[in-house]
Amino acid sequence: MTGLRKTYGSKHAVDGLDLTIKTGEVFALLGPNGAGKSTTVEILEGYRKRNAGDVTVLGVDPAHPTREWRERLGIMLQSTSSVTLLTAREAIAHTARLYPNPRNVDEVIAEVGLEEKADARANTLSGGQRRRLDVALAVIGRPELVFLDEPTTGFDPEARRQFWRLIETLRDGGTTILLTTHYLDEAEYLADRVAVIANGSLVALDTPKGLRRRAENSTVSWTDAAGHQSVATTTPTAVVRDLLAKHKGEIPDLEVRNPSLEDVYLELIGQADADLADAISQKAQA
Amino acid sequence: MSRPAYPALVWERAVLETKEFVRSRDQMIFIFAFPIIFLVLFGAILGGAEIGAGVNFTEYFLAGMIATGILNTGFQSLAIGIAIDRDNDVLKRLYGTPLPASAFFAGKVLHVLMVSIVQIALLLAVGALAYGINLPTDPDRWITFAWVFLLGTAASTLLGIGASSLPKTGRAASAIITPIVLVLQFISGVFFVFTQLPTWLQNFAELFPLKWLAQGMRSVFLPEEFAELEARMSWEHSTIAIMLVVWLVLGSILALTTFRWQRAGDR
Repeated sequence: MTGLRKTYGSKHAVDGLDLTIKTGEVFALLGPNGAGKSTTVEILEGYRKRNAGDVTVLGVDPAHPTREWRERLGIMLQSTSSVTLLTAREAIAHTARLYPNPRNVDEVIAEVGLEEKADARANTLSGGQRRRLDVALAVIGRPELVFLDEPTTGFDPEARRQFWRLIETLRDGGTTILLTTHYLDEAEYLADRVAVIANGSLVALDTPKGLRRRAENSTVSWTDAAGHQSVATTTPTAVVRDLLAKHKGEIPDLEVRNPSLEDVYLELIGQADADLADAISQKAQA
Repeated sequence: MSRPAYPALVWERAVLETKEFVRSRDQMIFIFAFPIIFLVLFGAILGGAEIGAGVNFTEYFLAGMIATGILNTGFQSLAIGIAIDRDNDVLKRLYGTPLPASAFFAGKVLHVLMVSIVQIALLLAVGALAYGINLPTDPDRWITFAWVFLLGTAASTLLGIGASSLPKTGRAASAIITPIVLVLQFISGVFFVFTQLPTWLQNFAELFPLKWLAQGMRSVFLPEEFAELEARMSWEHSTIAIMLVVWLVLGSILALTTFRWQRAGDR
């Protein structure tokens, strides 16, 4: 997968993105609802047409999908597959027969944890089970590149862990994975690199570790006579030393919190929102 | 590993569609029972009335029901079914697979052919057993049946695929598609004897395929002498073939140009 850049729609759902996703990596598109994650992914999947930019997915322009290209892709849409009258096994076996070199049906059923429900009609499966069916349908064709659009929304914690293990298995097999999510822990756990997008623009592109390092301020908080206090600082040790000097004995409710990925994320998103507000007010003035 | 062969894909799709059809009981009952209920009803109401050349209304109506059954299965049910599938992202998911669009369409045609054969067999069985209608024994008649049936099914199916993009939502599909079929049934010699309609209405109906499909079926199941009582005193086989081919071509163009894999506004 080589470089891609696109703008889309009159309201700029995606406003000039530059991204390169490397073969074999797990890449997460992270952003709030309406940030343009799904629009971006659906352009890459060949569902939506872009208005500008050059996009190549596995060497092919996704605006002109071919059968050969489709054979190398696996797609899990954001919407859960509809209730069909087929059993999970029938649906997976049918999809397998559309590909030149599909994976073993039973093996994939076991991998997504649907063995017990394999012969139940899809309309008797729970939402989470149908989501697992969706994963199975996305990987049955032995794809080189898999798109997973908010794959774990609505999962319970156990199901999410299980899903993560499945993604790790896929990655270990050499599959490139592009994942959208608004769960930070998911991006942190799974992704080799994370792109944070807001209002259709890229606001950060880094490894989860690198993103975390962007946080400058730790938070020191405690309670004194005046009530609850909180200080953001790059030198938390110095702050604590000062506090020790001022207090005799225990400092009530003392807490030193290192910046979390969430802090970085919220700051990035907030920044993007502030920039947008500025741009709008400037436009209004002009 | 080699990629799946095209005929295998078409067969795979047809089998899958038929499996789903059999499991959706209400749809299957509608498709199979509806023409039989109508045959029995109209048989009871108007059955004995002779139209001419020794043909009574039940016999005339049986040919019409076979014709409209093809239109119901190929056009009406299919157009509504595809519109609902589009609403539920079923088509979007298929578009994301390597399945060629033409194999998807061909699978639909094959599925409709299989369903229609069962539907017609049931109608003929009821006609023969309950109303003593004699089935033709002349092989020429069955050859006529074969080409009228195949052309009619292919045209109906492709028109159904094309028309599935008319309604904005799956919910609106039934309200838009059903009246089209109903009007055609009234003016094409299904519920009424075609030659008893006002001439202007006959001329209007001649623009559409159901009139020709019904006339083609009458030429299979009614005695030769009845041809004299048709609008142009002939079965007009060549006109039937031309009109069905014209609608087949129109349907193909419509299916190829208007067909959408996704909901409107989802691109």
